[in-house]
Amino acid sequence: MELAFIIEKFVLITVIFALSLVVAMYSTLAERKIAAFLQDRVGPNRAGPGGLFQPLADGAKMFFKEEIIPEQASKFLFVAGPSLAILTACIGSAVIPWGEAVVIAGRMIDLQVTDINVGILYIFGVVSLGVYGVMIGGWASNNKFSLMGAIRAASQNISYEIPMGLSIIALLLLTNTLSLKEITAQQHGWHWNVLYQPLGFLVFLVCSFAETNRTPFDLPECETELVGGYHTEYSSMKLGFYLFAEYINMFISSAVMATLYFGGYNYPGMDWVNSLLGPLWGPLVGMMVLLLKIFVFIFFFMWVRWTVPRFRYDQLMNLGWKVLIPLAIANIVITGIWITVVDKL
Amino acid sequence: MKSLTNKKKVLEQKPMSFWERLYLPAIFRGMAITFMHMFKKKETVFYPEVKREFSENWRGLHSLKRDEQGRERCTACGLCALACPAEAITMTAAERKKGEEHLYREEKYAAVYEINMLRCIFCGLCEEACPKEAIYLDGNIVESNYLRQNFIYGKDKLVEQLFKV
Amino acid sequence: MSISLFYFIAFLSIFFSLLVIFAKNPVHSILYLIITFFTFTMQYILLNAQFLAIVNFIVYMGAILVLFLFVLMLLNLNKESEPLKSNLLKTIGVIAGMCLLVTLIGSTKSLQLSNPIVLQAQNLGLVKNLGKVLFSEFLLPFEISSILLLSAMVGAVLLAKREPKDAS
Repeated sequence: MELAFIIEKFVLITVIFALSLVVAMYSTLAERKIAAFLQDRVGPNRAGPGGLFQPLADGAKMFFKEEIIPEQASKFLFVAGPSLAILTACIGSAVIPWGEAVVIAGRMIDLQVTDINVGILYIFGVVSLGVYGVMIGGWASNNKFSLMGAIRAASQNISYEIPMGLSIIALLLLTNTLSLKEITAQQHGWHWNVLYQPLGFLVFLVCSFAETNRTPFDLPECETELVGGYHTEYSSMKLGFYLFAEYINMFISSAVMATLYFGGYNYPGMDWVNSLLGPLWGPLVGMMVLLLKIFVFIFFFMWVRWTVPRFRYDQLMNLGWKVLIPLAIANIVITGIWITVVDKL
Repeated sequence: MKSLTNKKKVLEQKPMSFWERLYLPAIFRGMAITFMHMFKKKETVFYPEVKREFSENWRGLHSLKRDEQGRERCTACGLCALACPAEAITMTAAERKKGEEHLYREEKYAAVYEINMLRCIFCGLCEEACPKEAIYLDGNIVESNYLRQNFIYGKDKLVEQLFKV
Repeated sequence: MSISLFYFIAFLSIFFSLLVIFAKNPVHSILYLIITFFTFTMQYILLNAQFLAIVNFIVYMGAILVLFLFVLMLLNLNKESEPLKSNLLKTIGVIAGMCLLVTLIGSTKSLQLSNPIVLQAQNLGLVKNLGKVLFSEFLLPFEISSILLLSAMVGAVLLAKREPKDAS
């Protein structure tokens, strides 16, 4: 029993880890392809059929590049920066429920690494730690552009964490639980939270753009002003880690959005499909649906990147503090009133 | 001052309405536009396999021409080097010996003729300056290379291939 | 198992908090402080106080120390800009430090090991129970502390707002 449990979790962790790495890897290709398609080009198509091996070529290039650590940089922190960035990006996937429990050989197997009862807060905490990789790397480079990037990253992340947290609070008022597993289970069928929390979803979406440093909020690494932002001094695989961390973050925040607001593995007509396919393949179809939702979100991230230009710094702060926070608070108030009125009736 | 052409248009800036200040409609419209571009015809030319046509007045790599009998036209007068604003052209003249009449048209020819392709700006002034119609910029683009010295093109690369009649 | 884990983490917290003090570079000392807070989070998890652990994680590690780091990165703290300390200050510092040391040593004499406290309610630290206690038994202190935080916020906004008026 105990050994089977450990093996089960170990396999699950390995699979999810590999999945998020592969998705992040192919996000780099998808980004370039989508960018090309939105600009009437065809994108990378030389490496493999349709450019399918481009990520491998990019990875090989990253590995073989010369590794440069600046003379004046603080060596340990310079290496610690990208490591922290990728670590915090990867551990976020631990609490996401990837599907309903699967029955294999008479055993119920949860498709979730761990169901801690403060799941949302855990994700929130991991997201708020994500800025350390950027800050430490930017400071350790001993370069003014890197430092500017790091400072921007810090102030941006702190500012946008607040409306993000407030929008989650409104969601929690509805769901009455902090566990992601229960939140997903409550959205059975088509009872997706986005239908009850459209405003909260909008705030959360904008904030997750800001937290993953994606355009239009990519001020920490904007090429036009800060050379490369916090990773100006980085080369070879350490740079690769920073870029990779961004894509993993995108994958995880897409998964969180799909789980919190778009029903996770739930889809209309899932009961019928489950009864048709049995307890093994039914949940796996649900997992595919969740992955599909995640890919749609990743596409959305990229679509927005090639549509909306970058904000100016003061616009960023105005949007965060003067628009999103009041909106999120108003959303909490409306949700509270709604719940009390519905309870009274 | 009153406008003479009547083309001046004063830009009116109205304060933005509530919908405009939301920015979301504008963002969605922009996203619709970019989405439509996914299905448009791709403009990419697949370079090594497909080559775009050069325009008629394209100026590319130089070539030193031969006359109808296959003799080099250049007489090493140096006018092209003089005309060159980038000072990319150098040459050494030599006298034609007996028995070399089938190689060089004039009595004087260029023993060494070098163009530094890193200096050349492809203005075409050498072409215009040449009295013997010996140099034309009708070639391809300059090929890339790792070493600077390989960009100094000598006669081996510049002189037109002998054509068989 | 749990006890030895506790001692290990407690050792780590003390070790890193000492490093906070002894680190030469202020940025390094903030980073050690982050690790110290992380060990606190681990202690909370050992106590099964999940909510407190995660809030410590978010608020202290994720927000307050990011701001600390933010401010320290903006300051150019190095040897040249460090103010000179007079000998008088140094002697006073040494005397004060010695007094503290003597007090600490004296207090260890009266130290005695107590029995490890067994938690009465194992699930007290879970969100639901904590919320219930906070909003029934400790409602008044909770609300008063929220007013305290609000007044601090208003004060900060006032301080930030006053500058331009003085200038004009």
